[in-house]
Amino acid sequence: MSTILVIDDSPTVVMHFSGILQGAGYDVATAANGQEGINQIDAGLKPSIILTDLNMPDMDGVAFIKAARRTATTRFTPIIVLSSDTDGRRRDAARAAGASGWLTKPPQPSQLLAVVKQLAPK
Amino acid sequence: MSGDPANAIWNTFFEECEEQLGELEGGLLRLQDGTAEPDCLNAVFRAVHSIKGGAGIFALNPLIRFAHVFETTLSVVRDGKLEMTPDVMTIFIRAADVLADLVRAAREKQPDDPSKTKDIAAQLAALNDGVGAGKKPAVDAVMAPKKPAVIVPPPPPAGPDHVWHIQFTPTPASDATSHEVALLLHELGRLGPMTVVGGPDAAMNHIEGAIEVSPGQLWHIVVRANCGEAALRDVFSFADEEWKLRISQGALEEEASAPEAEPEPEPEPEFEGFEIFAMDPQEPEPEPEPVKLIAGAPPAPEKPAPVSADPVVPEAGAKAAAVSKTIRVDLDRVDRMIDLVGELVINGSMLGQMVGEAGISRAAGVALALRDLDQLTREIQDSVMAIRAQPVRAVFQRMTRLVREVSAQTGKPARLVTEGDNTELDQTVIERIGEPLTHLIRNAVDHGLEDTEGRKAAGKPAEGVIRLRALHRSGRIIMEVSDDGKGLDRARIKAKAVQKGLISADVQLTDSEIDELIFLPGFSTAQVISDVSGRGVGMDVVRRSVQALGGRISISSKPGEGSSFTMSLPLTLAVLDGMVVAAAEQILIVPLTTIIETLKPRAANVHELDGTMQMLALRGNFVPLVDVSLALGFSNKPAEAAQSVALLVETERGVRAALLVDRIIEQRQVVIKSLESNYQAVNCIAAATVLGDGRVALILDVDAIIPAGKPEQLMSRIGSWEDEAA
Repeated sequence: MSTILVIDDSPTVVMHFSGILQGAGYDVATAANGQEGINQIDAGLKPSIILTDLNMPDMDGVAFIKAARRTATTRFTPIIVLSSDTDGRRRDAARAAGASGWLTKPPQPSQLLAVVKQLAPK
Repeated sequence: MSGDPANAIWNTFFEECEEQLGELEGGLLRLQDGTAEPDCLNAVFRAVHSIKGGAGIFALNPLIRFAHVFETTLSVVRDGKLEMTPDVMTIFIRAADVLADLVRAAREKQPDDPSKTKDIAAQLAALNDGVGAGKKPAVDAVMAPKKPAVIVPPPPPAGPDHVWHIQFTPTPASDATSHEVALLLHELGRLGPMTVVGGPDAAMNHIEGAIEVSPGQLWHIVVRANCGEAALRDVFSFADEEWKLRISQGALEEEASAPEAEPEPEPEPEFEGFEIFAMDPQEPEPEPEPVKLIAGAPPAPEKPAPVSADPVVPEAGAKAAAVSKTIRVDLDRVDRMIDLVGELVINGSMLGQMVGEAGISRAAGVALALRDLDQLTREIQDSVMAIRAQPVRAVFQRMTRLVREVSAQTGKPARLVTEGDNTELDQTVIERIGEPLTHLIRNAVDHGLEDTEGRKAAGKPAEGVIRLRALHRSGRIIMEVSDDGKGLDRARIKAKAVQKGLISADVQLTDSEIDELIFLPGFSTAQVISDVSGRGVGMDVVRRSVQALGGRISISSKPGEGSSFTMSLPLTLAVLDGMVVAAAEQILIVPLTTIIETLKPRAANVHELDGTMQMLALRGNFVPLVDVSLALGFSNKPAEAAQSVALLVETERGVRAALLVDRIIEQRQVVIKSLESNYQAVNCIAAATVLGDGRVALILDVDAIIPAGKPEQLMSRIGSWEDEAA
């Protein structure tokens, strides 16, 4: 069973995404910011995909991606940035940090699942 | 409320909005008065951004649109392209208010009213345009990726695939048909990778079952599947002739744009808003982190760095940043737990009583263990109560806005200074304190503060200060609203009370007694019912709402220096301070907040009125005397007043009366048990409780037991009481 790590400081968004992913049969782990995400990975979580927001307190998405890329378990894990940010520089920063893809928030449930299915077949 | 997941997300969203709006307002105010922390502007931006993000899930378009404009302007400031002048600040604070209004409108599902947001949105947009930042994509394009609708199923199974083009027109355009289409999309998806090439945008939603079929619309689906035409026709077996189903293999000649069945191993989702970044085999590479502790080390450049030799280095220091861990729990669950712990406390004291009655020594092991148990249960009770406790900050923050609004309406410059924002109070008390607090603060600005000339003449700064303070004091919460205005005009209050027939003209009253008059029903000092404090709501209503929470309110005032209202509130509504009394051998609890005094009546002071009602002469005044045993039907012969005890009580309506009971037993805290939820509503009884010895005692509803009278008449000579008492 694939586990997907969803990182977002908005409980609404976390709940929404978790609902969609769990509905499609994925296990979902959640974190409210990058630091919590890293803590979970350090604690042994091995996500098949990571979906992360960019703008978060404590550790933002770009910092998280950099940290995740320095961690053995998530060095090659697909990390999709989910953001409604329209600033191209943010996208570039995420990409430079090692993000695998970018999905404009909020995605249609079918979009989200399409991307996830493609990257992590159940 | 918890059953429906969509509903749960909806509720979570608005809870989150409240938090974010609090952050937003708090952050903006800190930026305004210069006490902002370095990350403050970012936090403000994030708050708006999060609201926009959540709103996107529910397609709350007015909210999304406004949040987007707001966020854009904030980002311009964040990027240093726009200076945060006081004018900009004012626009931001107003925008925060408008955002809060939009959130509320969305929650209450009110129709969109663009007139309310137009002004401020235009001002925000003007700020953007001023720095040439208006070229951000329109929010509709940002938030609503539209075309084309593509559904990418799991990777295709190995084997030679055929590319099938399926075209049909679902009819009739009904919900049933929509459902059928949803089903068949699902079925087709099982055969192989499927793309909806032509059809409504809503096809993207088919997972949610939300497809809309419009009349005569041609659907075109491409399926790459290792199956024959028969299998496909099978899927459509339920479809009507009317659907004009066409199934063909390979490319359709008129289909130029349809994605051909490229034998690419990895079909990419092709909708807008998604991008898989091209992967350089070398990437991603960790950036060499400059050691930040070394002074003068340059900041890390924001660009991909060359290959590094030590790729797997855990984050140095793993950030000591404390991550706040919170969970959201349904309030019902907490209440259930509070209830159970209440039972536990009662059980514990029953056990203690039994051990005592069994003649066991206090030093015996059982007794000692019991004492430990008692200590533990009380600690549990305190901790559980603490779960319900919330800081008053959220309410206080709303008041900041209120002062701003009332100040604008009245033309009296004023600001709110809060103190003790972190003081915790029961969630229910917090929810219900907002209304009385709003009245007090409106009054403070509208009536308490002088106008600008008045303040100048009194040598005060032009801006009035309203102070809102919360603190703990001996097991209760004290909340204070004070102003630095003119203080109460006692001569006018007294004249008004006389004019309204509330007191007689010759009564001598002390200053504090005059101040108390403003709490009488029907009293309002405003000469003109103003837009702000008017609405026919007086201080009596405020007093009643505070009393309904088990609290008390008082006022103190100094001419020329201002007035101060002090509310004393219980920490929780789950327990109540009560007077335990006996009436016809039944144990009753009278809420302590309603009792003014207790006395032994003399037979000579009891008078019959119309033969139906007894009145007690009390220091030159008459109050109705209510025989509790009779009123509740515990006995059918009137109690001897001389053998009884009278409790002088005041109801939430402001009516005073004397309750006649057999005797007073003790004063104690009781855990409130609802009768409605455990049994049924009983007239004159507010709730029940279980006493230490396991007996059930009823809590008296003082308001209900006192015969309705005209409060003005009953209170007509309030002053004379104090006279004779003195």
